[in-house]
Amino acid sequence: MSTLQEKYPAEIQAILSKYPVEQARAAVMPLLYLAQRQEGFVTKGTMNEIAELLSISVTDVASIVGFYTLYYDQPGGKRRIQVCNDLPCALRGAQEFLDKLCDNLGIRVGETTADGLVTVESVMCLAGCDKAPVFQVQTGEGLSYHENQSVESAMALVESWRKDARSSQDADKK
Amino acid sequence: MAVGKAPKNKATQSKYVLLRHRDIPGLDQLEVYQNQGGFKAFRQCVASMKPEEVTEVVKASGLRGRGGAGFPTGMKWSFMDKNSWPHYVVANADESEPGTFKDREIMENNPFQFLEGVAIAAYAVGAQAAYIYLRGEFWQLAHQLDQRIAEMESAGLLGDRLFGSQYSLRLYTHLGAGAYICGEETALLESIEGKLGQPRLRPPFPPSYGLFGKPTVVNNVETLTNLPLILERGAAWYRTMGTEKSPGVKVFSLSGRVNRPGNYELPLGTTFRELIFEHGGGIPKDKQIKAIMAAGASSALIVADERALDTPMDYESVPALGAQLGSASVIVIDETVSIDWLINKTVHFFKHESCGKCTPCREGTFWMMRLTDRIASGEAKWDDVELLREVANQMKGKCLCALGEFSIEAVLSGIDRFRADFESRVKAPSRLVETA
Ligand SMILES: Cc1cc2nc3c(=O)[nH]c(=O)nc-3n(C[C@H](O)[C@H](O)[C@H](O)COP(=O)(O)O)c2cc1C
Ligand code: SF4
Ligand code: FES
Repeated sequence: MSTLQEKYPAEIQAILSKYPVEQARAAVMPLLYLAQRQEGFVTKGTMNEIAELLSISVTDVASIVGFYTLYYDQPGGKRRIQVCNDLPCALRGAQEFLDKLCDNLGIRVGETTADGLVTVESVMCLAGCDKAPVFQVQTGEGLSYHENQSVESAMALVESWRKDARSSQDADKK
Repeated sequence: MAVGKAPKNKATQSKYVLLRHRDIPGLDQLEVYQNQGGFKAFRQCVASMKPEEVTEVVKASGLRGRGGAGFPTGMKWSFMDKNSWPHYVVANADESEPGTFKDREIMENNPFQFLEGVAIAAYAVGAQAAYIYLRGEFWQLAHQLDQRIAEMESAGLLGDRLFGSQYSLRLYTHLGAGAYICGEETALLESIEGKLGQPRLRPPFPPSYGLFGKPTVVNNVETLTNLPLILERGAAWYRTMGTEKSPGVKVFSLSGRVNRPGNYELPLGTTFRELIFEHGGGIPKDKQIKAIMAAGASSALIVADERALDTPMDYESVPALGAQLGSASVIVIDETVSIDWLINKTVHFFKHESCGKCTPCREGTFWMMRLTDRIASGEAKWDDVELLREVANQMKGKCLCALGEFSIEAVLSGIDRFRADFESRVKAPSRLVETA
């Protein structure tokens, strides 16, 4: 497998240029997002590469992955639906939304659907409390907000991903 | 008026100071923002004012930090150590307090007023680089801001020797990755430096030892977004709004059991009653209001009686109710919500977000979680409630940062002020909360 430096040389340069040269370590968080892009989680190999690139220990990189909740060292579903069930949202029905969504997907909170497409997680406040139910969708490519949701709208979203997945599989077969 | 058709070269009268995008269409476009007088204030600062003069105007305006503590902004700037260079400005866009969603609206819809505010603060403290620290969830917003910063560079509003002066400035975004504690300013600085987001021991404070060990000002997004108009219209104008000790306007994030949740820009000193019942449209299904949290999950619970509802929301009046204004994230609780359920929620939040650096907070939030779980399940005895109170009291004043102190606010005020909810729960298990 090719390294981050082979895959994203320009982006790595752009990230490093944001920080004083002698403070290269500051680049570790943006580099971890880059590392997560392809697989949706940070592999051992990319942890080693980031450590080397920034002259810090692999343990340091791993502890940062462990500390921050948006980094993963294990694969999950292709998309993570992160439903806010914090106090203000819970006062507006977030728990019911989360339960029904999971029922519809046939999984429990924290689990991944059998097709590996979706993991559902319960998360803390997302700064969208006036638009509950609210969730974000995280993939290796980034995060997006989905506000004022219903179980129907969320399921429609999941259905559209399933369709995309099927058509890309078909394309692979041809 | 159609979107994007703001009049050329004529400023629209907006009733807002911060949420001006609500009545100026297209304000998120650089051209429209400039046609509305945008960047005149920054240009004027750089071209014709000394940095200390800018600080003096901000001091005179009485602007206080909107991130929670309400510390006077101009005074904070004047603490910067002038014997150590370079200086940095950091915009705190971590916005993770449950119930807070104002900075996001500002940055999404009125981004240039915020960025101009960052630039003005940087000039005032002699910083040539400023970082905007956004919570990781604001991924798309960070990419939008990157584009806007690039537009500003192309337009000559950022970069080297601005407006023919010797002053140069660059802005950078930095994304967090899901950790409430990174909103605490020293944890935030650690996080930018590529370390675990854990608070530093203080002193030294950021104005003497901040980012990369250099003097640093950390200001909240909303604080910074006030600056362009303060510089343009003057300190006296700003003081015509709000109260004497809490001048100006505030964006109140209103959430919970209220008909019209959302952000409301109002003068500091507006009453809870006006916010909740006039602007927020009151309580759904005509239920009774029971409690108010004024500062998100970090609040003490205010008993929502007539006196509380008539209390002005400013930095002096809310403490008289045994609470704080904080980030002014007003969560409304109605009569159907049981307070033991509520503190179980807040305690879970703080347990999850404790950074683990100091024992009282790490252990205390864990034990409070165990106890509130048991109480909520209906299997607790009154002794458990007493033990919960004791654990919370043990934490008081012993935590390394304010997160630990925040975590006990709702617990202690909840048990003291809503005792009946706990008494009924230890006698009989029942539903936690009626659905909305
Ligand atoms: C646990 C904790 C979380 C905080 N979160 C935020 C936050 O999300 N945004 C913010 O602006 N300030 C937050 N603060 C306050 C900051 O530490 C700091 O006081 C503030 O950014 C200063 O800016 P101001 O003077 O403009 O208010 C937090 C403080 C603590 C203790
Ligand atoms: S009080 Fe809590 S969040 Fe703050 S330093 Fe201690 S463990 Fe970390
Ligand atoms: S509580 Fe859910 S977004 Fe704030």
